[in-house]
Amino acid sequence: MITSFDLLINAMVSGILIGAFYAAVTAGVSLSFGILDIVNIAHPAFIILGSYIAYIFNATFGLDPIVTAILAMPAFYVLGAAIYQVYYVSFEKRGQESLRGLAFFFGIMFITEVSLVLYFGVDYRYVDAPYIGPAWHFAMIDVPFRMLVPFLVSLLLMAVLQLFLTRSFIGRAIMAVAQDQLALRLMGVDPIRIKRIAFGISIATASLAGAFLVIIQPVEPSVGREYIGRVFAICVLGGMGSLPGTFIAAMLIGIVESLTSTFYGPSWAPAVSFGFLLLTLAVRPAGLLGR
Amino acid sequence: MRTPIFLLIWLVIAAAVFGGSLAVGNDYVFFAGYVVMQYVVLGTAWNILGGYCGYVNFGSAAFFALGAYSTVAIYKYTLDADFYPIPIPVLMLVGGAVSGAVGFGMGYLTLRLRGAFFAIATLALAVVLETLVINWDYVGGSRGAYVIRPEEIAPIGNYIRYLFLIMMVLAVGAITIARLIERSRLGYGFATIRDDELAAEASGVPTLRLKLIATTISGALMGMAGAPFPYYISYLQPSSTFGLDYAVNSIAMPLIGGTTSWIGPLIGALLLGTLQQIATVTISSAVNLLIVGCLLVFFVIVAPNGIVGLVRAYLQRKPVDFVGRRRVDTDAPGAVP
Repeated sequence: MITSFDLLINAMVSGILIGAFYAAVTAGVSLSFGILDIVNIAHPAFIILGSYIAYIFNATFGLDPIVTAILAMPAFYVLGAAIYQVYYVSFEKRGQESLRGLAFFFGIMFITEVSLVLYFGVDYRYVDAPYIGPAWHFAMIDVPFRMLVPFLVSLLLMAVLQLFLTRSFIGRAIMAVAQDQLALRLMGVDPIRIKRIAFGISIATASLAGAFLVIIQPVEPSVGREYIGRVFAICVLGGMGSLPGTFIAAMLIGIVESLTSTFYGPSWAPAVSFGFLLLTLAVRPAGLLGR
Repeated sequence: MRTPIFLLIWLVIAAAVFGGSLAVGNDYVFFAGYVVMQYVVLGTAWNILGGYCGYVNFGSAAFFALGAYSTVAIYKYTLDADFYPIPIPVLMLVGGAVSGAVGFGMGYLTLRLRGAFFAIATLALAVVLETLVINWDYVGGSRGAYVIRPEEIAPIGNYIRYLFLIMMVLAVGAITIARLIERSRLGYGFATIRDDELAAEASGVPTLRLKLIATTISGALMGMAGAPFPYYISYLQPSSTFGLDYAVNSIAMPLIGGTTSWIGPLIGALLLGTLQQIATVTISSAVNLLIVGCLLVFFVIVAPNGIVGLVRAYLQRKPVDFVGRRRVDTDAPGAVP
């Protein structure tokens, strides 16, 4: 009984730690899918791209993955803005986003993944940092630093994003573009520009999430696929575009997954998020904190 | 052209192709041809839901793998029970029934919502079915399963020729079904869903029922395409059977060929399938997947109606559908239309 209680507590703690990481992974999708209505299924592929960039700089210059990710954010922002521009001109403007826009992102996901495979192979890559390895032990709880650091930075990222969306002019404009584009235009704001900025930010968060991922676990190009179901499950469960909702949903899925893999075996964990997704869609499509 | 005549013409063409392949005298033609025919079925099946109804299915690999794994399960059972091996056409019917049932269930759970949710759910479905198969030891789990292909079959000779013949017949069946749908009430119903689901619903089109028919037919055809696969590959493994290449190919082929009619997926699959067979032999299999990805992105941006659209625009007979028509997006996220 003692050991299973031990396991339970440890599974809860690691679920909470991984939950915050899931929140960082999903933040970008909550912006693009939740707010802008752009079904960017290539988001996990960009996260893997972020992981590889962190890996390259870590392996060649010994740079810290999180620092690398923050430095790479502007480049990811530009990439995101460029992709949105292509998406807007080719699909949104012609009203074809439902079929061809989806296929476009699917193609982008595929190209990113196969390019990484061709260039780096399918070996697992990992990074070195002082906080990978040591852990805190108190009483019966283990807190590895490699989980704690992404946890803390994720909390920071979510807080900054939430403040940005609710306090700054552009952030509020992003929330407004989701509600009424025409009204935004009447206020003298170009909705396309706002969407471009928002999509750029959404891709920029993928850089940071990628660094977290490569800190937490070794990465190979197809790891991103596991995150597609998870990310969209969290986004839908969290109520599409509500960041606090995303955070709560991510915690929930993190904890349930961690409990599942502790008590039933890790090979069952991927099924958890899908179960949640289907259940949410069937029972409460608006999510936990739906608007 | 009436359907029986259409079917007859294509059966004659299929017989001619088979005869031609026999004349080549190299069995590699059958190995390569099988894969191309399999993609004709997958592309056509995808197009019934994706092209006609406008609902994107990213989980083609899941439906395909369901068919393949139902064959493995039956094969194991016949081995254990010392039973006479089940003929492949029967296995295809079983695989089709299983995938069709899953397609129906999938559609029932997600199609009441916006299309994007369906697309995401199909992606997640592939991951979950893979998880289930990995944890199911009876069909080999993550180690994979061996299926021993018989050497010969009575009238045809080498078994691979038999498999090729079966897949070609299925391909002819699939395009006939697609054409039949296109020209029936069902097809017009599908088109109304694709163009404006809200307006269709308001005009009394039973959209949910039509969408469920589409997911079931599409899923069943994919399962049927997957059922003979264990005999073809003889070693089946979850990570390759659920691989992304099936998903991307079955989307890329209709979109490159053209999604509005049955001939688009056929052209796309023949073209891309053959190109891939050549690229796999001459370059590498990873590069050929990259080619498919790039072609897909290129075509959806530059030629939204695929090769068929390009040809139609060139002939100027019919104005290209779709371009310039704007879908009015009134539904809120997650709203039931």
